[in-house]
Amino acid sequence: MSEVVSAEIQTTHIIDLARAGRRLDGRGIDDWRPVTVEPGYVKSADGSALVHVGDTAVLCGVKLEIGKPFPDTPNAGVLTTNAELIALSSPTFEPGPPQPEAIELSRVVDRSIRAAETIDLTKLCVTPSEKCWTCYVDIHCLDHTGNLIDAAQLAALGALTHATVPAKRFGVGEHDYPLDVSHFPVECTFVRLGDRIVADPTFEEETAGQGRLTVATDEQGNVVAMQKGKIGAFSPEEVVETVERAFRHGDRLRNVVRGT
Amino acid sequence: MGYATWREPFVRVVPFAGRYSPKPHDVIVGIVQDVQKTFWLLDIDASRWAPLHTSGTPWEPGPGELDEFLRVGDAVLVAVENLDATGKIGVTMKGEGLGKLSGGTLAGVSPAKIPRVIGKGGSMIHTITQLTGTQVAVGQNGRIWVDGNPDGILRVRECLRIIETEGQRSGLTERIEGFLRSTGPTDDTGPHPPRPESVDRRGPDRFEDDPSGPDDSPSIPSDESHEGEGPWET
Repeated sequence: MSEVVSAEIQTTHIIDLARAGRRLDGRGIDDWRPVTVEPGYVKSADGSALVHVGDTAVLCGVKLEIGKPFPDTPNAGVLTTNAELIALSSPTFEPGPPQPEAIELSRVVDRSIRAAETIDLTKLCVTPSEKCWTCYVDIHCLDHTGNLIDAAQLAALGALTHATVPAKRFGVGEHDYPLDVSHFPVECTFVRLGDRIVADPTFEEETAGQGRLTVATDEQGNVVAMQKGKIGAFSPEEVVETVERAFRHGDRLRNVVRGT
Repeated sequence: MGYATWREPFVRVVPFAGRYSPKPHDVIVGIVQDVQKTFWLLDIDASRWAPLHTSGTPWEPGPGELDEFLRVGDAVLVAVENLDATGKIGVTMKGEGLGKLSGGTLAGVSPAKIPRVIGKGGSMIHTITQLTGTQVAVGQNGRIWVDGNPDGILRVRECLRIIETEGQRSGLTERIEGFLRSTGPTDDTGPHPPRPESVDRRGPDRFEDDPSGPDDSPSIPSDESHEGEGPWET
């Protein structure tokens, strides 16, 4: 049922509301739903976090294993991000091979983490060309009510921030130690509804949206990654404004992830 | 999960949630997904799409003219006509009150909660439409069409959310009524003027029990200032 067309009167209503600065759930144009981050949610993982953005729930697990570096980066560890959109989480998801949405989700999350140099991959190298840590970031969508990208990215950041390198278990060190996280990128997704651009879109707003823009910012004031999705356009002024808004939300969300 | 009753050798389960399973004569809200030569395909939130044949409509379009009447994305109020053994769902638009839905918007609850939305003898839906000044058409498939001013529509959505989450508890109609009265009168200055009959029905007694007091009197021209009172603004 992934291609169900929503009713035009519904879309029109959402856009009319946005024009008046309002939204279906009563939020303002730039308001987020409540965000909670629960690190260490999965005890058997090396790092994990359960993130709620409103009713959207995403669980991320981090696993560290000893592997072999890629031949072209003999001095660096390996970072792999994967996203699972299980059919239980939304009527639009179906079991089977990953849909384009899942691939986009994992790649957009991966890009922000990689581009911000969240983890210094050279520190994950144990013996050049032979041994390195492979870091798996596995994202599971538990409940999809919109804005999966931001929830998944927060979950990934939360899981990495509180991850432990299991050196003792793999016999490459005396003690386990916390994973060194150097930067804290946070993604903020916006959707165009008519002439307004709303933050933290719900599922209905994403469906009605005419263009989606994700901006990843880090704590040093850099824009580290962006992703444009859906059909629709943004003017240069709108992009600049959106980036400013992404910084404002980003600073707040960083504190949520780091403070807990 | 559901509510089970045993009557040997059968168990009857009324589910708390789940997809809509069509029954003959149900009035439902469908959304046009595809236009074919002689029928439209409607998404009715059931396990499959339902065809609406031209014979089931008041129109007589020639071949290829169907999208002059209904296009992809249009919402329609239809009735389930027949279900055959293969699971095909036949729907019709012929009947009182059925037809294309224009204006307003769609909201939704789980199909299992529809009896609570309507209430005993229509008491719940009557309370909601009266106190919000809206027009509502309830589809048995969980889709609900609402028309009125934007505030009224948002308050109806809030009511539906309460019914969805607290539908199992008793005294629901009273709770909804209390919620609607405590959140003040609707904003009559919205872009969609309320229907004449809904103005009459809401009458002056609407404000007598209003705990938010005379400040909410609709005679104050700038009703916009009251928008911040509802829980949807937080």
